[in-house]
Parts: sequence; structure tokens; C-alpha cells
Amino acid sequence: MKTTGKVTGVTSNLVTVKADGPVSQNEICYITVGGARLMSEVIKVDGDKVSVQVFESTRGLRAGAPVEFDGHMLEVTLGPGILSRIYDGLQNDLAKLETLFLERGVYNDPLDWQSTWQFTPIAVEGDIVEAASWIGSVPERSVTHKIMVPFSFKGRYTVKSVVPAGTYKITDTVAVVTDEQGRDHDITMVQKWPVREAVTAYREKPRPGRVMETGVRAIDTFNPLAEGGTGFIPGPFGAGKTVLQHTISRQADADVILMVACGERANEVVEIFEEFPKLDDPHTGLKLIERTTIICNTSNMPVAAREASVYTGMAIGEYYRAMGLKVLILADSTSRWAQALREMSNRLEELPGPDAFPMDLAAIISNFYSRAGIVRLVGGGTGSVTFIGTVSPAGGNLKEPVTESTKKAARCFYALSQQRADSKRYPAIDPLDSYSKYLDYPEIETYLEENFEKGWVSKVKEAKTMVQRGKEVYEQINILGDDGVPVSYHDRYWKSELIDFCFLQQDSFDAIDSNCPLERQRYMFSLIMNICGKNFAHDDFEACSTFYKELINLIRQMNYSEFGSESFRDYEAKVGKLVGDHPKEKEEDGRE
Amino acid sequence: MDTQAFKKIYTKIDNITKATVTVMAGDVGNEELASVGGRPAQVVRIDGERVTLQVFAGTEGISTDSEVVFYGQPPKLKVGDGLAGHIFDAFGRPMFGAVDIEGQEREIGGPTVNPYKREQPSEFIPTGIAGIDLNNALVSGQKIPFFADPDQPYNQVMAMVALRAKADKIILGGMGLTNDDFLYFKNVFDNAGALDRIVFFVNTTENPPVERLLVPDMALTAAEYFAADKGEKVLVLLTDMTLYADALAIVSNRMDQIPSKDSMPGSLYSDLAKIYEKAVQLPNGGSITIVAVTTLNGGDITHAVPDNTGYITEGQLFLRNDSDTGKVIVDPFRSLSRLKQLVIGKKTREDHPQVMNAAVRLYADAAGAKTKLENGFDLSDYDKRTLKFAHDYSNELLAIDVNIDVEKMLDIAWSLFAKYFTKAEVSVKADLVEKYWPVKQ
Repeated sequence: MKTTGKVTGVTSNLVTVKADGPVSQNEICYITVGGARLMSEVIKVDGDKVSVQVFESTRGLRAGAPVEFDGHMLEVTLGPGILSRIYDGLQNDLAKLETLFLERGVYNDPLDWQSTWQFTPIAVEGDIVEAASWIGSVPERSVTHKIMVPFSFKGRYTVKSVVPAGTYKITDTVAVVTDEQGRDHDITMVQKWPVREAVTAYREKPRPGRVMETGVRAIDTFNPLAEGGTGFIPGPFGAGKTVLQHTISRQADADVILMVACGERANEVVEIFEEFPKLDDPHTGLKLIERTTIICNTSNMPVAAREASVYTGMAIGEYYRAMGLKVLILADSTSRWAQALREMSNRLEELPGPDAFPMDLAAIISNFYSRAGIVRLVGGGTGSVTFIGTVSPAGGNLKEPVTESTKKAARCFYALSQQRADSKRYPAIDPLDSYSKYLDYPEIETYLEENFEKGWVSKVKEAKTMVQRGKEVYEQINILGDDGVPVSYHDRYWKSELIDFCFLQQDSFDAIDSNCPLERQRYMFSLIMNICGKNFAHDDFEACSTFYKELINLIRQMNYSEFGSESFRDYEAKVGKLVGDHPKEKEEDGRE
Repeated sequence: MDTQAFKKIYTKIDNITKATVTVMAGDVGNEELASVGGRPAQVVRIDGERVTLQVFAGTEGISTDSEVVFYGQPPKLKVGDGLAGHIFDAFGRPMFGAVDIEGQEREIGGPTVNPYKREQPSEFIPTGIAGIDLNNALVSGQKIPFFADPDQPYNQVMAMVALRAKADKIILGGMGLTNDDFLYFKNVFDNAGALDRIVFFVNTTENPPVERLLVPDMALTAAEYFAADKGEKVLVLLTDMTLYADALAIVSNRMDQIPSKDSMPGSLYSDLAKIYEKAVQLPNGGSITIVAVTTLNGGDITHAVPDNTGYITEGQLFLRNDSDTGKVIVDPFRSLSRLKQLVIGKKTREDHPQVMNAAVRLYADAAGAKTKLENGFDLSDYDKRTLKFAHDYSNELLAIDVNIDVEKMLDIAWSLFAKYFTKAEVSVKADLVEKYWPVKQ
């Protein structure tokens, strides 16, 4: 018998219900209003008084309206056919909805029950399996989709039978497993999982030890993101958060990309699903949409579902991770999710924390970020979920609760600066404020030494120091005037500009410059750092700036040329000549 | 609204605040309309039998035995072709003796368009103002506000934009509009002979501030009728959204909600997004473009209203008084149209993006030269030329009194380049220079 209830109160999308039976926290229920059934979630229980947040508009809802509790929490449906779809925050397939407007109470199937898949068994009769063990696989777009023992299965099972290779519907039984009590359980290609719970069906979660390539130099070289790592991008409006996220989503070295458009502009989502079917994945050559799923709850869609959308994205990510895949989740923007929490906390009349956000905001955020990570799978091998969230700080001020809470949780911090954006220095990632804690991980350092070159990390730190010193002398030049400082100050300043213009800045609208693979980054970084290590002599500050401007122009032309192409080599030769011909200061021991 | 067939009448009010009353009543729907002592009101909270209503005009003089009448439905607007050419109040009631229009009743503040059914905006909306068309081109389906201080002529500029944009319908939502400004809009549209394609929804400063909250939804319900049902290109003008937000703050305060930044309600982002996101390009060719006004306090864009707006809208237009020319210009540095790259150089002449960037860059150099001058450093020959360029650029292109088409704007820009700079200094792609650089007579 399902628990039912009646509505007793309505305040916007917070509804109180008198329930007639057991109710669990975060249980889903449906409220009937004018023939529509509105999906809602229990957020507070006080005796038989239950507070629920409604994922839809509550217009016209009256006291006494019937409520039906569903007996389970908010769940995602997991199975082949998720890739390339466009879901809302509750995993409804937006492409399948008929009407122009989103009618309330209309829900549909996230997967196509009639679709058939080419199944190949992996497990054999007699195998001992557990949750997340691979039973078989089906090809799904760009990935090999593993059919697994559902995450909700507890303990060990023995495989009783597996169907032979062939074509099956997703609801067909593909295997039967027997539990320790001797009961049989059917396994299909579909399983469900409550989104708010982390999937823990893996052996262990080691520290990340590899760098995830994004093709963005200011990230990969200066502040690398680890595979299975977490990062966040705060920035005022107009600083290029969304452009940077879209760039990463196009170029990142991942098998599956989940774009969670959480409370942002609908036109930005339109851009993704108009362009991704046309653009190539730089790693596989397939179309980008093949590896991408969009979860979109734009700013005008119901607020409570906005909060659900990030969890839906994370649960789908964990599912693909268990298949041994590299998953990247991008959420734009987590501030909107925090605001949704704030609206609800306010209606619940909870005592507010800073800026009226709920007191447990920091805990909620860090709990969520902790679901990312690289894991050792139950059947061996690894899979990873890498998470990057954007934050939209109120008034562009980074000292606000969402930014501060996220800073405690995420390991990489990519601060977009208004000043850089104003001077069109894109990506506007501030080279001094931003950081990656992974740069200090011995595992990552070893990885970089082995895959890039010896002493890589110290070279990166050297470059950061140069940028820092450049900024300092620039301030002095501004106060004392061009003539008021020694020429060596100008040289120092221009070296930092060289790093900025030729390496940190990148044209995300240029077909070649936009995506800079790691090998090319290594090459260019070494070239630039080599120049920065030279002790140039200049007649005066004007000669100094002329020299560097010319140098910057040439190296930028290299950035715009195909790596290793003839024009690339041409410009490189010109750079070499310019640097070689320029007079150097004599060191005290007579060396140049 | 007073002719509803089924009314429920209650007379036991047991709580009255400045903006709300609470009455014991049964079977009342959330967001339902009502009247309290003859004043329009709306249900905002239900707690068992206790129903809280927001009284738009305020509760002065309401007594505990005032009559509360529930209409059994949320606010609606009658939509039909007859809307055009008429003026309505915040409740959608015709003003100035106009009669009720024929048409279907629609709930205001209805559901949103399925993002998957949207089209990518791609149609250029020329306004004749170079500060907009050249540097910050507007696109159909876009939402963009003017960020302006109260002393700037934003309403005049908006009226100009409305008249020049080739829209099938123009819908003006006036919130806290002074009577003078309202009459200004009316006269301008009347003189232009455009009144028949304009719909007004007006809340003036003489009306209760809380009524404003209905205006954007009314305007956008009408807009959705013309765009979705009729496939028309609709331009919606909303002025002033800061006053709308103020009304939100008043209501949330009266409802004992905890304020967040700048005393604004915590839901401000969602409340504003619900309005702005109605801007859409539809597959049937219809579109809703929203041009709004957000007044600033001394140019402060970190205040909660412009800040949240900036995160929602697709750019913003800044007006500025230019001391060089004494004219009001569209600031090329702080203004931004996020959708411009969808049309410039594609729907306009090929040289548009490059000319735009070059001109803004040279204008930035002029700003640098000006700072140098102020700090007492010597100016180079190049600096002096940039200053002259900046004056002409500001006067002939950025000023809001300019009204020319885009090709002419581009030609003027080229002639200014040639007048003050060498080809290398302008640094535009060689083939474009070849084609468009003016030949000396």
C-alpha cells in the first residue's frame, strides 16, 4: 500500500502535506492539480506534516488536493541510449516532447524501450559477480557500453546464465544471477539509481595521477586539471565562463561529456545542440554530439528541478565511470543551484547563513564535489569522473559564500578576471590568482616528468614567478615613468608580456589556436621559456618594446599555424634569427 | 474581471499587514485572483483554511469585515489582434475608454518554451544607431537591457530603437513610468503613425507599485500570442526593470522573507530570468526580442539588480555622456551584445567584424593617450591622431542621434581610418583593406 496524503498548505513551490502513512526523506510524490500530476520531493518531515518541494508551477493548487507517495527517491534511469540526448533536470527527454511549451506534469521515458542493441556477453556461467560487475557490452555511439550488475545489488552473486551474443531490447533479460540465499535475479540492460546517493560500487578511489588534456594552455600547463579531479571557474558576467566551458567540452580528452546547463540561458544550450552534431571530436574524429549528453534546466525552468539537474548529471557520470570510461562533467553554473537551495531554505523558514544561503551550503557543495574522482573498478581497470563547475559570484566579488564554499571543495581554481576580459586577454584566467593543487601532487609531478620533460613543474613555477615579477615592475614603471626605471625593468616586464601574449592567451574562435594538444604545449612552452632565460641587452626602453612586440607577433603567428607545418617552421626560424641576432648582456665571467 | 459567474465571498479577515490580508476560506487555488474590499488581490499563500492574499493597491482602509471575493482563476489576459493600438493597465484592462477586445483568455506567466524547440537567433535587427548596429548588433530573439543612470535619455533611445526596428508588433511594458514619460512614448508612436502596431501595458508612478509585478507577464503573454500564434516578429520594451525589482523587494519584505544582497529577495535571479527568458526565436519564424531598461545607481553594476540581470541577459548597452562632443554615446567598451557574432559579417557586409574591432581598438588607444595627457606626459604623433579620430568617431558614429544604415556606418569608419591612420596602423586583413580603403580623389 502506497502512502497517500492531502495538501494542507502552499507557499510558491513549497507545499505541506498531511500524510496517512510512512514517508521517507527525499521520497518522490505526485500532487494532482487540474488533471496534471506534479512531481515533488519530500524535504522535511514533522510528524504527519510533510514539506515537499514541487518541481513544477503550483498555480491553482488548493488545500485538499490528493498526494500519492511513490516509495522511492528521485532516480535516474541508466542504460544504453543516454549519449546524445537532451534531458531536463529530471531526465525527461526534451526532444520527445510534442508541445512548443513545457506543459507541467508531462514526463516521458529517458530511454527508448523499443530500441534494440547488439549484445556481447562478458561474464560466463559460474562467475562470481557483485554490483557494477560487467555482464556484457553493447556498442553505443562512440563508446562500448557495459551492461552491469545493478549498483543497488548488495553482496555476491553467481552468474546462472547469460544470453548469447545477439540483438536484444533494453528491457530483455540478458543474464540471471543467484544470490547467496539461492534466489535468482534477472538482469536487463536498464537499472535505476537515486541521484542524491553516490555510487560506491568500486574498489577504491586513489589519488589522481594523470593530467586531463583540455587543449587550453593556461589550464594544462599553468594549472593542470587531473583526470578524476575537480575544478571551478568563478567569474563576473562577460568574463567568458561559458565560452571557456564550451571550449573545454569540445576539446577535452574524455570519452563521455555531460553538460549540465543549470539555471543558465536557453540560447546557450541551443548553441550546443545546433553545433555539436556538426563539430568533430579532436580525439576520435566522430561528431562531438556522439559523446555528449546535455542536461538542461535553463533559468526559467522550475527552480527545484535546477537543483536536481546537477545530481542527475553526476549520477549518469558515475554510471559511465563504472564502465571504465573517462567522464567529464561540466556544470554551468553551480551558483544557480546554490540559489535554488537558498530559495527553498528561505521558504522553510530556516535560520539563514551568510547572504541568506543555507548554513549547510559548504557541506552540500563539498559533498557533491567529492563524488568526482578516479576509481579502481570492481573488475579491475580504472574509470574517472572529472568535474568542472562555474560559479557566478554576485557583483563579481569572490568573497561570497558560493565561491568560498566551492574553493574549499575544488582542487583547481580558475579565476576569470574582469580586468583581463576588459583588455580582451582571453581566456581571462588570472595567471596569479588561479591555482591547481595537483601541481603539488608528487604523483602528478612524476607523471609530468615522465610524459613531458624533466623539471617540468619547476619550469612552470618559474614562469609563474616571471609573470608575477612582470606585474610588479609594471606597477613601478607606471609610477616612475618609462624613463624613471632601468631598461632591465622593461625587459622583465616584456618577458612577462611574452608569456602572456604567446602562451596564456589563446583564441578560442580560431580553428587551430583554440585547441593546443599537450605535445604542442610542451614545445611552445620550452621555446618561450628558453627565450625568457636569455639576457638581452637593449639600447633603451623603446628598442626593448619594439624587439618584444616583433617577437610576440612572430610567435603568435606560430600559434595560428598548423603544428610543424611549413609556415610554422618559417616563423620559428624567424623567431630564432631575431633572438640570435639580438645583443646579449655579458655575464661577469664573460659568457653570453 | 467583475463578471465572473462563480464567485466565493468571505467576510472574515483576521490579519492585515501593509500589503497582505489573511482570510479564512476554503477551496482556494494558489495564485488565484480575488478582490479585497473592491481592490484586486492575488493568493500568495495557503495554510489549511488560512489564505493569504497580496493586495496590489495596499491595504489602507481595509477593515476586518471587508468583502473578499475569489474569482477561481489566476490573472489572465484576453489576447487577439484587437490588442494592437490599445493601452491597458497592469491587469490587462483597457484604458482611456477603449472597449474590451475580442479574443481568447490566456493565463499570464505561463510555461516556458521547450529549449529543444528553440531556434538559434540569426536575424539582424537594424536600429540605425551605429553605437548599437556597428558595435553591438541586436539579433531577433535576444534579450538585452540598457544600463543607464536615471538622468540619461534611455526612454528616448528605446523609443527610437522601437520605431526603427522592423518589428511587426511593439509591446511596451511600463513599470513605474512617470506620466510624462508615458505621454512621451504615446506621442512619439502616434506621430510616427505606428500606434496601430503597438500595445501598451502601463503602470505609472500614480498607480500602486505592487501592481507593476503583473506588467511584464501581461506584456509577454501578448507577445507570445503574436509570436507563437501569428508567427510575427515582436519587440518587447520593458522600462524600468529596477522599479520592478523594487516592487518584488516590497512584497517579499511584507511576506517576512529573509532578504539577500541589497535587500532584494533571494529569488531575484529566478524572478528576472522568468521574464527575460521569454525572449525566443521560434521555428515558425516568429520571435520575441526584449529590450529593457535597468536604471543604475551612479553607474554601479555590482548592485543585485544589474548584476543578476547581466548574468541573465545576452549583453548590455551602456549610455554615456561624451565630454569631447557633448553628445550621449553608446559606450563601446562596457556595452556588449553576446549574440552579435551570429549576424555581423554574415547578415551584414563582410568587413563588419574587422572594422568594428579596429575602430574600438583605435578608440581605446585614444583613451590611453588621454590618460597620458592628463598625467602630463608628452603625446606622440600617433597619440594626437588617435585623439582626433576619437572625436570624429564619437561624433559621427557612436552618438545616439546618428541614423544611418550599416553600410554607411562601415563606409564612414573606413573614411575615418584613411583620414587619420596608415593601413598598417589600422591593421585589418589585407584583402579587406584592398577592397574598402577609400581612394584619394
